[in-house]
Amino acid sequence: MFFSPFISKPDSVAQIMLKVILALIPGIALYVWYFGPAILVSITLASITALATEAAMLKLRNRPIGPFLKDNSALLTAWLLALSIPPLAPWWLVVVGTAFAIAIAKQLYGGLGNNPFNPAMVGYAVLIISFPVHMTHWLAPQGLVLAELSFAQQLQYIFSGVLPPSLTLDAISMATPLDTLKTHLHLEESVQQILNMPIYGHLGGQGSEMVALGFLIGGLYLLASRIISWHIPVAYLGSLFIIAAIFHLVDPTHYVAPLFHLFSGAAILGAFFILTDPVSSPTTNKGRLIFAAGAAFLTYMIRVFGGFPDGVAFATLLMNISVPLIVLYTQPKVFGKKGKQS
Amino acid sequence: MTSQEFKDILYSGVWKQNTGLVQLLGMCPILAVSSSVVNGVSLGLATAIVMALSGAAIAPIRNLVPNEARIPVFILIIAVLVTVIQFAMNAYMYSLYVVLGIFIPLIVTNCIVLARIEAFAAKNPTLQSALDGFAMGLGLTAVLAVLGGIREIFGHGTLLSGIDLVFGDAAKSMVITVVPNYHGFLLAILPPGAFITLGMLIAGKNWLNLRAEQKLKGISATITPVDGGCAPAAH
Repeated sequence: MFFSPFISKPDSVAQIMLKVILALIPGIALYVWYFGPAILVSITLASITALATEAAMLKLRNRPIGPFLKDNSALLTAWLLALSIPPLAPWWLVVVGTAFAIAIAKQLYGGLGNNPFNPAMVGYAVLIISFPVHMTHWLAPQGLVLAELSFAQQLQYIFSGVLPPSLTLDAISMATPLDTLKTHLHLEESVQQILNMPIYGHLGGQGSEMVALGFLIGGLYLLASRIISWHIPVAYLGSLFIIAAIFHLVDPTHYVAPLFHLFSGAAILGAFFILTDPVSSPTTNKGRLIFAAGAAFLTYMIRVFGGFPDGVAFATLLMNISVPLIVLYTQPKVFGKKGKQS
Repeated sequence: MTSQEFKDILYSGVWKQNTGLVQLLGMCPILAVSSSVVNGVSLGLATAIVMALSGAAIAPIRNLVPNEARIPVFILIIAVLVTVIQFAMNAYMYSLYVVLGIFIPLIVTNCIVLARIEAFAAKNPTLQSALDGFAMGLGLTAVLAVLGGIREIFGHGTLLSGIDLVFGDAAKSMVITVVPNYHGFLLAILPPGAFITLGMLIAGKNWLNLRAEQKLKGISATITPVDGGCAPAAH
């Protein structure tokens, strides 16, 4: 039996968060395919820490624990943060980052809906500032390094920091494609020379470009199911493309092609999953365009002229703090009123 | 000065109107030099001495200074006292003087010094003013010590590092290693660590105050949430 009105009920927060988490799965599957299953360990570790921290903070704040834990928002933060940390990072790195993200960046501001900053990106920023060495040892895609670790050896390294004898961390890990590009540009090599190195693929880094494609598929699913609007992803990726294209056209030996920027680092993940966080992004459509374009500009500047391997996290945080201002100046005109009433 | 007055001034300076946790004045040095206990306590004590001396110096002349010209006169006196402290540290604790650097002369511009002169020494007798300045400085020192201690333990895993700057090389054995083989948590040493830790300390003090108030009223210690239920921002 069906009754009118036939209007679909809007999804609950828990459903929306679950769909966003599910949309991450194609990217994660490709991650496991190209880089091995270590990422699943950090995702599990981050999830457990996030739920435990959330529960502890809710108890301290005298809030009901059950309903808030079941809204899946802590889980999403944990997954996004785990994806930003090198899979071989020691276990305590994941725990410290996730606990900081949930306890300080989210619960201290008042929990879900009140945090001005994206919690996962705060966690990432804390980790990259505090532990830069651990945060830059990324796994190399399979087939590119001298030695590969078995899953048991990876587990052993994550939890006890012990590598099999005869192996050093440098033999199994490498800098990200973005980082390598920056280092070699400093050595006065041209972009064309650098891109011939084995770690680069067709669009970005070998392996990581496919992971980015996986996140793109998940992002398109989010768009299709109307969980996110097109404004932020399109404005972000479009602006990043245009800025990168301008630099590339002026000096192609020093500035890499725009598609490389879109498919390296966290650009795709950021465009669809991080910048679109409903809590810390603007609520007006015009505001979303400005927000995303600003984030793209900052991402490019930090990547190309800054000292950090990727700029998505800092760009997100810097634009997060501008959100109240952006929203204030992009209020839509009230229907029926003439001219500028703001 | 009665003993009650004495207690009141001391209590208000160290706890009730604590410069770091309640008045939130002089934030710049609080956040900048509290990366270790030794740095924090040294600057805190230097500020306390300046505040006590300036209270004692300004209270006797408070009725002679024309109201319109009081600020430059007060600042001039404070500046003289700070210069004395600065030269003394330069002469007797040179390595510490180098570490604290610009923050010693900047005690002059620390708003807490002038604020206490304006709020207290310009209206009260000499002895009380000196005590008020010293108590306020002591409160500041306590905050700097706790803040420095927390940041040092989290940041480096040590306590009292740099104590040899004050007591000479013999004191090097006084450095306590709280966590051996610590990786170091750089955030605690950097400015965000100062802001976050200070925020926690202020929250802690407010919580203690709230608890004391409720005990006084005999209300059970259940804290009802102040804000209404937070509706998640769905769209």
